[in-house]
Amino acid sequence: MASSFTRILSSKRNVGILSLVGGSVAAGFLLHREHVTAGEPLRRRYPASAEYPDLRKHNNCMASNLTPAIYAKLCDKATPNGYTIDQAIQTGVDNPGHPFIKTVGLVAGDEESYEVFADLLDPVIKERHNGYDPRVMKHPTDLNATKIQSGVFDERYVLSSRVRTGRSIRGLSLPPACTRAERREVERVVVDALSGLKGDLAGKYYSLTLMTEQEQQQLIDDHFLFDKPVSPLLTCAGMARDWPDARGIWHNNEKTFLIWINEEDHTRVISMEKGGNMKRVFERFCRGLKEVERLIQERGWEFMWNERLGYILTCPSNLGTGLRAGVHVKLPRLGKDPRFSKILDNLRLQKRGTGGVDTAAVGGVFDISNLDRLGQSEVQLVQTVIDGVNYLIECEKRLEKGQDIKVPAPLKQFK
Amino acid sequence: MPFGNTHNQAKLKYSSEQEYPDLSKHNNYMAKILTPAMYERLRTKETPSGFTLDDVIQTGVDNPGHPFIMTVGCVAGDEETYEVFKELLDPVIEDRHGGYKPTDKHKTDLNPDNLKGGDDLDPKYVLSSRVRTGRSIRGFCLPPHCSRGERRAVEKLSVEALAALSGDLKGKYYALKNMTEAEQQQLIDDHFLFDKPVSPLLLASGMARDWPDARGIWHNDNKTFLVWVNEEDHLRVISMQKGGKMKEVFTRFCTGLTKIETLFRDRGHAFMWNEHLGYVLTCPSNLGTGLRAGVHVKLPNMSKHAKFEEILTKLRLQKRGTGGVDTAAVGGVFDISNADRLGFSEVDLVQMVVDGVKLLVEMEKRLEKGQPIDNLIPAQK
Repeated sequence: MASSFTRILSSKRNVGILSLVGGSVAAGFLLHREHVTAGEPLRRRYPASAEYPDLRKHNNCMASNLTPAIYAKLCDKATPNGYTIDQAIQTGVDNPGHPFIKTVGLVAGDEESYEVFADLLDPVIKERHNGYDPRVMKHPTDLNATKIQSGVFDERYVLSSRVRTGRSIRGLSLPPACTRAERREVERVVVDALSGLKGDLAGKYYSLTLMTEQEQQQLIDDHFLFDKPVSPLLTCAGMARDWPDARGIWHNNEKTFLIWINEEDHTRVISMEKGGNMKRVFERFCRGLKEVERLIQERGWEFMWNERLGYILTCPSNLGTGLRAGVHVKLPRLGKDPRFSKILDNLRLQKRGTGGVDTAAVGGVFDISNLDRLGQSEVQLVQTVIDGVNYLIECEKRLEKGQDIKVPAPLKQFK
Repeated sequence: MPFGNTHNQAKLKYSSEQEYPDLSKHNNYMAKILTPAMYERLRTKETPSGFTLDDVIQTGVDNPGHPFIMTVGCVAGDEETYEVFKELLDPVIEDRHGGYKPTDKHKTDLNPDNLKGGDDLDPKYVLSSRVRTGRSIRGFCLPPHCSRGERRAVEKLSVEALAALSGDLKGKYYALKNMTEAEQQQLIDDHFLFDKPVSPLLLASGMARDWPDARGIWHNDNKTFLVWVNEEDHLRVISMQKGGKMKEVFTRFCTGLTKIETLFRDRGHAFMWNEHLGYVLTCPSNLGTGLRAGVHVKLPNMSKHAKFEEILTKLRLQKRGTGGVDTAAVGGVFDISNADRLGFSEVDLVQMVVDGVKLLVEMEKRLEKGQPIDNLIPAQK
């Protein structure tokens, strides 16, 4: 198990990390599912078959992969922090899903969840990430923005460019499981590090509990402010507990680099600007991320990362790069073409409305971003978006002139 | 189940100060009573089933409350919660239940013969009458904390016991996850069907987990006696009918409850009850009798009177809209029920409703005729 942590742990962090759980629960005193004191009534225990959730009406990745046998194997285990499989799958049990959209249906409570519950998580990851097998494959990390080719779009079509990802602080539990003290520690560590950013990255932190009305309004106008989650997918996983304690937004003075603290992940990092200069957006993204990493390492912390899963985040769908690079692009003609979906598929892109996931496109403006997260590096994914968006713009131009367009050959998935 | 709350031992590596919730914007009973020192003393404890202080208070932390309405802000995960965390819960109970002390004893009286009157509320004003309470099955964790296995066991036991009811109490169980569309529509039309809770007060405590697994509705063929299984409590028991014959409603309520208790006992299970707290339920506000006896009554003139609220308070009654708590009254029709739950017996509380509603109807009639009601205004009960 120790091989999963290929980065060197500083001594400070070793305090909180105990031996990982093997077959049965080794760290017995941490098992919170059964508390036995001589002479006191025991909690009724039921066999795994009596506890197994009813998933007959469910359509999510967890439900597709959690067999009674796997549940029986995992139901008495716990991570060193005491996180259990029932907690991990609660969101998927409570949200059967949509017949057309397949949600993931489970979350991690800490870094060790991905190891202790690997029997369920590995097949879920494989299904969600289109065949990436965490048991045998390695995930490439590459934040060298100089490798990007072209990446400045025609601004008659591309209105804005944005890259986002997430980062978790190793040694602290994730949002579904963290205690208030842990969440405050995440805030303290990150805000402290961010205060060390300089130049075009220098900025300021706005805590959700302390911000003034004026600051709040400004953040809303800038489209930066995030609100308490309302989606039951998130609330059922316990991420909204103690809101708004230890939540906040940091952004640089230029409003092009933004960090959310303790929303769905420890941190969400966003680089954005109006216009089509995706290359510059990505360059700033990489530079900012590396600087933040350096600053937290100076203080004895590091990000959760390993070779097989890349960057570790709360939702298995955000593993690997956790990266979504996207543009708002005007494609009124292409958007109405029956081949649009197929073209996007083959380019390994996805479309969303300009209000974000599950919204409609307004005025022929689409949010186009990468489909994949895991199994390709950041550079590869951003290049895919750049090449793909350029192709889409070419199609739009051709349609403007009354010329025909072609559906491109499908891109290979894992490079 | 304390979803999201890591094991107590792992949490103790942080100081109590570091874990203490920010309650500066809060207005609920929990926030009023909890202090950093109390938090420090209680956070190392847990009940035998593993329910912790943070589990008790999570709903109160997540729901700061309303400036005008004081919510409780804590829940029990099992019967032992009220013992292990009594340092917090006793003062909460005292505050919420009008000064009920930790040494007080609660009287249970489910003998409908002790109710005086109650069979002659004017049906031109009193449209319907209803009595509800809750019951918990000893030895099982409560809705915020129970596992799927436990919840299913509660359902199974309850359905078996209810199946043995006979006569005018004979009925049928409809599991939420198995009901047909036709059954569902009928239950909606009868105003029996309960839905997944949407109130953040309930959701934040974990009661809605695994919905609709092991939840269901049982009712008798006459549709006058209804039991909810695994909603906010193990069981919610409701007796109701159109019109103003509260005595009949209460008699059926007592008979049914007593029979159900016997049926459970025959199967080796008791209800959670003790001398001090009476019947033990999930929310501290429902301790004692857990009883809400109420009517839907037409009081268009009364409700516009300047002293309406004052009179209700004196009568120890509360008003709600006809859609239930926090809804508006439609067409001058109000839901009027007892304000108390603990420290008075079931008979006491239903008596207050019967006497109080009778008086309110009399006042309504006077106001209709343009007559004053000042000499009818009662003293504080």
